[in-house]
This record gives sequence, structure tokens and C-alpha cells, in this order.
Amino acid sequence: MSRLKRLGRMPRLVLVVWWLHLRMLAVSAFGGLMQIVWPLIFATSALLMFRVTADEQVLIYATLGAAAMGIWSAMATTASNMLQAQRWAGTLELIVVAPTPLAVILLPIALAMATVGMASMGATLLWAGLVFGITVPVASPVEFVLSLVVTVIAMALLGFLLSVAVVRYRTAWALGNVLEFPGWLLCGFLVPLTLLPGWVTPISYLLAPTWGMAAIRESAAGGDPWRALLFCAGLGLAYAAIGGLISEAVLNSARRHATVSLT
Amino acid sequence: MSVVEVTGLRRIYETSTGVLRRRHRTIEAVHDVSFSVERGELFGLLGPNGAGKTTTIKILITLLLPTAGTARVLGIDVAKDPRAVRQRVGYVFGGDRGLYERLSAWDNLRYFAELYGVEPERQRARIQELLEMVGLTGRERERVEGFSRGMRQRLHIARGLLHDPEVLFLDEPTIGIDPVGARALRGTIATLATAGKTIVLTTHYMFEADELCGQIAVIDKGAIVARGTPADLKSLVTEGNVVEIELYGAPERVAADARRLDGVQSATLEERGHVQVLVVQSATDVDITPAVLACLHGARLGRISSREPTLEDAYVALVSGTCPD
Ligand SMILES: Nc1ncnc2c1ncn2[C@@H]1O[C@H](COP(=O)(O)OP(=O)(O)OP(=O)(O)O)[C@@H](O)[C@H]1O
Ligand SMILES: [Mg+2]
Repeated sequence: MSRLKRLGRMPRLVLVVWWLHLRMLAVSAFGGLMQIVWPLIFATSALLMFRVTADEQVLIYATLGAAAMGIWSAMATTASNMLQAQRWAGTLELIVVAPTPLAVILLPIALAMATVGMASMGATLLWAGLVFGITVPVASPVEFVLSLVVTVIAMALLGFLLSVAVVRYRTAWALGNVLEFPGWLLCGFLVPLTLLPGWVTPISYLLAPTWGMAAIRESAAGGDPWRALLFCAGLGLAYAAIGGLISEAVLNSARRHATVSLT
Repeated sequence: MSVVEVTGLRRIYETSTGVLRRRHRTIEAVHDVSFSVERGELFGLLGPNGAGKTTTIKILITLLLPTAGTARVLGIDVAKDPRAVRQRVGYVFGGDRGLYERLSAWDNLRYFAELYGVEPERQRARIQELLEMVGLTGRERERVEGFSRGMRQRLHIARGLLHDPEVLFLDEPTIGIDPVGARALRGTIATLATAGKTIVLTTHYMFEADELCGQIAVIDKGAIVARGTPADLKSLVTEGNVVEIELYGAPERVAADARRLDGVQSATLEERGHVQVLVVQSATDVDITPAVLACLHGARLGRISSREPTLEDAYVALVSGTCPD
């Protein structure tokens, strides 16, 4: 197949891989449930904690944070676990030896996870409304939705970058789990960044969800989300670019160290 | 130009054990392997567990890089241009892994058809045709998690053929398939070879290799120990007879004792259910049976039969190091 033709086929490929992986995520009773239930548990505990203050602004802050936090957790862990699962299932070696560049296959897989993340975000906001009676007043709805979408996609792209690493390091799936909890703090989901020690700020600024979170809050409050949104999108694209650029090198390293398959 | 050309191939694995005091160990899985496969040939790679067959195949399908030596497929160096190789080879391994459990058979095939760049308008017909060929028509909408081992294996084969590859690597493709299914699959493999595909096959079933392969390489401990047609290999071992003696309660040493007799090329004691069988290959047409019977250490005797040597006899002699050469 010529290069041009291959490029032309790309959208379809991305669509098919995204759709089939989304179906796999949805079908898995346990996994699918966790993607929705996990964020809800976070949201519930966060809201229960913050409810004592009874300050409505704080509760809205927590609701938005909890929604993002749940997706972050689901994304950080599933992104890395999913490829590990493929390694165990023996399908990882098959997608590696397929002529399609690995990055092009991993990207829609990450997007499938983002789609699930979007659903769980909606569920969390609904939950907060129904169970806790918290409705988030959204001042700029268009910007708000855009911020949500961009944030979730940026998180997925971080997941993509993680999964590229997982191909090379058999134990890299643990990285996702390690990132999960610090991420809550670093991205300012529940606690404002200003409360964190100064030396972590640069790390926070390198994480797209930090900016995404800020954009979500700004647009809900009717502020200007665009700068934060731009940073979030920029970082997300940077993750994608880095992932795409290093994927071939990572793959070669995996071929050298025999870490693609288990046997 | 040979379709597959392997020269001085070597592959070392590094493993580490232990958590706190990590010990690093290296395993030389393949150590100086060279062979070539011509277009349209059905080439068998035989050898005991851990001989390095899968490692060799994984290098050829670009899943692993060689530590030393070169491997070319269709003239393309697998280390230098893996993508060009990937488009033109198919890979099927045995066992029930390598499928998306939560997708239907059809969706599994659709997924890989996409990954292999099968034209969208041809996908449907191609998938249907392959399902037909492996006998899964009617089951294609079921999820793979409910498939039996043999059904999974068939699906694997369909997957490997989706993009109509010129070269096929089949690593124990008939493992776990029932005898009728395995026979059908051997038929399929033979048909593919007749249609001009080049096939590299590994198997532990010697009759299968004998039936299918035009050329065979026997690999042991990472090196090739014999090479030729099935007939060549058989004649390598013996021109005489194979005598099988059924025994009950024979000590291990009868095989060693038999091996020491004049005219005996190899002798092995196998357990076949409740009976032991001493398989003795003789170099000449001299009847060695009386001499063997004289050193049975009091074991009870069952039936005695003699037959023509099979590929399995040749194989056993080759990998147990009793082959005269
Ligand atoms: N990823 C790996 N890491 C470390 N050692 C490995 C790895 N893969 C294979 N080996 C070792 O390399 C050797 C050759 O293995 P290989 O799988 O090539 O054998 P094989 O001939 O295919 O055997 P079988 O008939 O059992 O399939 C074995 O000793 C095996 O333990
Ligand atoms: Mg093997």
C-alpha cells in the first residue's frame, strides 16, 4: 500500500479501532462498572467531606473536582492496565507485528477510554445533582462543554503516552497506579494549587488536567477559560506528539529486550 | 533469491530473578542458525521444547531483533525495515491466546483486517471466505470467550490469512485441534503451499511434518542439527529396521545396554500407558532382536514388532544425540 493511500485509510482505521475498543470496555461488566462506579465513589466521599462546610461555592468546587478526579483515576489505571492485559492475552504482539504503526492503534484505544471518561463525568455531575442536590451553575455553557471535552481528551493523550511506555516496560502498568493519587493533588482537583508547596507547581503545570480543571472552573464561573484551555490542548498535543515520536524507538527497544510478549 | 534467508542468527535473552538481590542470567536461545526457504516451499522447523523455534520465528516476523546474524524475508532485512516485512507475512501461533475475548469472531477479524489494510470493500467477502475455509461459518457473531480451543485456533488461522500474505509463519498451528479438524487444517496448509505460498511451520507432530513438509530443519539447543527432505532425514538415521519391544517392569538401563550392542544405532525406552516400549533402531539388516532380548534384566516381555523407520525415529535419534554421522 502506498503511503498516501495508507494515510487516506487512517480515519477509518481510527474509527474502527475506537469503536471496537469502546465496545470491549462497555461489554466488560466489571471494567465498565468500575469506570462509572469508581468516579461516583470518589465524588460521594468528596462531597460528604465538603458538605460539612455547607458553603455552596466549595461544594461546586468539589463536585467539579470529583468528576475530573474520577476520570483521571479511571484513565491513569486503565490506560496502562489495558495494554498489560493485551500483553497477557497475547494480542499485544499481534498489534505490534501488524503493519499499522503502533501509535496509530494506541491512539484510538486511548480515545475509547476518553469516551468512557466523558460518560462517567456526566454520571458524576448527575449524581451530585440527584443525590446531593448540587447543581453546578454554568455561566458559559459552550465553553464549559468544550473545556470538559478538551480535558478528557488531554487526559486520554496522557494515557496514550503512558501506554507507549507500557509496551517497553513490562512493569510500567504500575506507573499508572502510582500516578493516580498524586495526580489528584497535582492537578488541583480538590485542593487549590496555591495550597501546595512551591516546588510542585512546575510539575502541575506540565500536567494537562491541571489546565483543563482550571478551564472547567473558569467557564462554570463565567470567567475566561481560553488561556487554560489552550495550555490544556497544547500539552495534550505535546503528549500525543511525544508518544508518536518515541513509539518507534520504544518498540525497537522492546524488540531488543523481548518485552512485547510473555513467552 | 530465497524467500526466507537466515544467516548466522543468534539471540540472547537476559532475564533477572529475585527481588532484592537481582541476579541476571543470559539464555542463548538461538545460537548460530542458518537456513533458507525457497518460494512455494513448505518448510518444517522441528525440535524439542526450548530449542529456539519460536524465537527464530519471532525474529522473522519482526517481533524480536536478532542479537547477531541477519534474517531476510522476501529480500528485506527484518531488522532494518520491519514494516515492509509485516505487510507481507502472516503469523499464527498455537494455543488459545491472541484474541479479543469480548469481541465476536467477526469483529476480531474486522479489527485485524483494518490493521492489515485490507480494502474496506473487500473486507466482508474476505472474512466470509476465511470463516468458510476454517469452518466457523454460523458462529461468527458469537463472542470468542465462549469458543473452544479448536475454534480459537481456527479463528487464529483465519486472522493470519486476512491480508493474503506471501509468507506464512505457523508456530504449532494444529495444537489443540481435534483429529478431524487437524486433518482439515493440514489440507488447508497443503492447499496454500500448492497455491504458491511460502510456509514455515513448527510442530511437535512428526507425522504432520512428514505429510506436509518438503524441507525440514531439526533444531536443538539453538542450533540446526540436520537438514533435508523427510526422506533424507529418515535415511540419515537408518537404512535398516526399527524393532519395538513391549516390556513390563523394565529398568531404565535396558536402553543404555541395548545401545551398546553391535549394530544398534539408537535405543529408547518409552512409556506408553501401562506398557513400556523399547524402540531399537539398527544400522544394518542384521536382526538384532536376539541380542537385545538377552539383556532385558528380567523384564516381562510383550509383543515384538518391526517396522520401517519413521520421521519420528529419525527425530528422536537426532535430538537425543544417538545419530551416527
Ligand atoms: N522472553 C524470554 N525471556 C527469556 N527467555 C526466553 C524468552 N523467550 C524464550 N526464552 C527461552 O529461550 C529458549 C528458546 O525458547 P523458544 O520459545 O524459542 O523454544 P521453542 O523451540 O519454541 O520451544 P517449544 O517447542 O516449547 O515451543 C528457552 O530456553 C526459553 O526459556
Ligand atoms: Mg515454541
